[in-house]
Amino acid sequence: MIRSLFGRMLSTLLLFAGAAAILLPFAWMLSLAFKPRDEIFSPEIRLLPSRLEWGNFVVALTETDVPLFLWNGFVVVAGILAFQILFAVPCSYALAQRRFKGRTLVFGLVLAALLVPFHVTAIPIFLGFAKAGILNSYGALILPFVPTAFGIFLFRQFFSQLPADLFDAARVDGLSETAIVWRIAFPLAMPAATAFAIFSVTAHWNDLFWPLIATTDPHLATPPRGILYFRDQESGDDVGPLMAAAVIITAPLVIAFLLAQRKFTQGLAAGGLKG
Amino acid sequence: MKGHPARALTIAHCEALTDLWLAGPATLVMVLFIFLPVAVVAVLSFTDYQFGAPGFSWIGLENYSKLFGSTLGRRAIVNTLIYVAIVIPLSVGLGLAVALGLHRMMAWAPWLSQTLRTLYFLPVAATLVAMSVAWQMVLHPSLGIVNQTLAALGATPRDWLSDRGLVLYTLATIGIWQTVGYNMVLFLAGLVAIPPELYDAAEVDGAGGGWSRFWTVTWPMLGPTTLFVLVVTATNAFRVFETVATLTRGGPAFASDTLVYALYREGFVYFKAGYASAITMVFFAFLLVLTLAQFRIVERRVHYR
Repeated sequence: MIRSLFGRMLSTLLLFAGAAAILLPFAWMLSLAFKPRDEIFSPEIRLLPSRLEWGNFVVALTETDVPLFLWNGFVVVAGILAFQILFAVPCSYALAQRRFKGRTLVFGLVLAALLVPFHVTAIPIFLGFAKAGILNSYGALILPFVPTAFGIFLFRQFFSQLPADLFDAARVDGLSETAIVWRIAFPLAMPAATAFAIFSVTAHWNDLFWPLIATTDPHLATPPRGILYFRDQESGDDVGPLMAAAVIITAPLVIAFLLAQRKFTQGLAAGGLKG
Repeated sequence: MKGHPARALTIAHCEALTDLWLAGPATLVMVLFIFLPVAVVAVLSFTDYQFGAPGFSWIGLENYSKLFGSTLGRRAIVNTLIYVAIVIPLSVGLGLAVALGLHRMMAWAPWLSQTLRTLYFLPVAATLVAMSVAWQMVLHPSLGIVNQTLAALGATPRDWLSDRGLVLYTLATIGIWQTVGYNMVLFLAGLVAIPPELYDAAEVDGAGGGWSRFWTVTWPMLGPTTLFVLVVTATNAFRVFETVATLTRGGPAFASDTLVYALYREGFVYFKAGYASAITMVFFAFLLVLTLAQFRIVERRVHYR
């Protein structure tokens, strides 16, 4: 009894220590974002600011391009998700509920595409976009991510669990296959769609690799690209606003995660399949 | 069959057109943006092509021998392997430890266990580049809390990100920080799936203590999960890029250069498309082996049920 109580205390203590280590960069980021300038540059350790300095956030939101970065992030992430669903859902429905020539081939392609990390395709896509003259545009940031083998895979799994009778009944009612996809299959697939959306939005809101390659125009910077522009411009005395910008950029996903933890964890864990 | 043969043919055509309409666009973009680029990058890796150059010539395996033969190329490969070799055991081990702790805590303090789980998962949801900028301030030579603490304790402050011998370990620590929560979630799912009767049976068989319960029931039952977590962690660690690009740009003196960062630098900063393609192919080969292993594991997991 005593021994198990001791074990419980020890493991709780260790879990708290680990959580503190995990929280350290978040805490320091918030601390610097709310500290007045002189406290940031003081050599003494102080986690809590003496007063909350909102000025850093005001500077980040009014004197820098952070609002533009957020907008760009929103446009790119929403564009990618919309096109991914538009292309993936009909294809997964056909793979799961229709028998057609080449079905095995298409599904084989989906499985093969799952093996290809995006980094591998970057050079040829860059070359093609340069030739087409569409680098430095929203299109360049969105287009390469439209094909989503992972999305097709996920939706196909879901659709193949639905009974075929359901779709036969809809056909008897005179619905076209396109109407069946968008008015029957897709609404039923909301759980899969939510998991996929969380995975896709998180991946592309956070992506740095492709925005770094495809755009050189700061006005097209997505949040991660943008904060690097901001950091590289400031000469080391704008730490407060820089940390405020980091807080602002991290906030949307962290808040979404805190509000919908279960869905978030499921969506991101499902993404592990993609590797 | 009722109806005319001609009409049946039209229906078959209609059906085929419908299939094309449904599956065609997705297949087309997949070929255009995935398979075609893979073929192109494989071909380019045997050329000396540079972005913007009017032509190129075939140079056989020269790019590959440069990657494996030069100090810089080898360093990128070795650094990546060291990084992966540090991150995998620690991230998986700590993920398992945290999951075990939180799983047991569920029995007597569910609320606390949930809260801690949320905290541990936070880095997975947070934007890594922004958090890297935060880490930069945590590790800042004079303003960072780490060095301030060290100084207060009388220890020597270190240059965590500009010390050649240290920088890779610093980046690996950040990599671990970012992935522990993810592995914890996968392990927790595995732990919940273990039937409690197994523990009762183990107790009857005399395996009552914590350790023997772990080795006779938990660890074997977590086997498939552990394999899966290992491979996912490895594939993610191989792709390390954001922290390198944000914090060190591969420096100082290429001490933290990694495969994906080298591919980015050679390809998109120096515009050496041919050489960067060879780096891409080597990176692809590493990941292909891992991902195929992952597929087999996923398959096995499904078969277990």
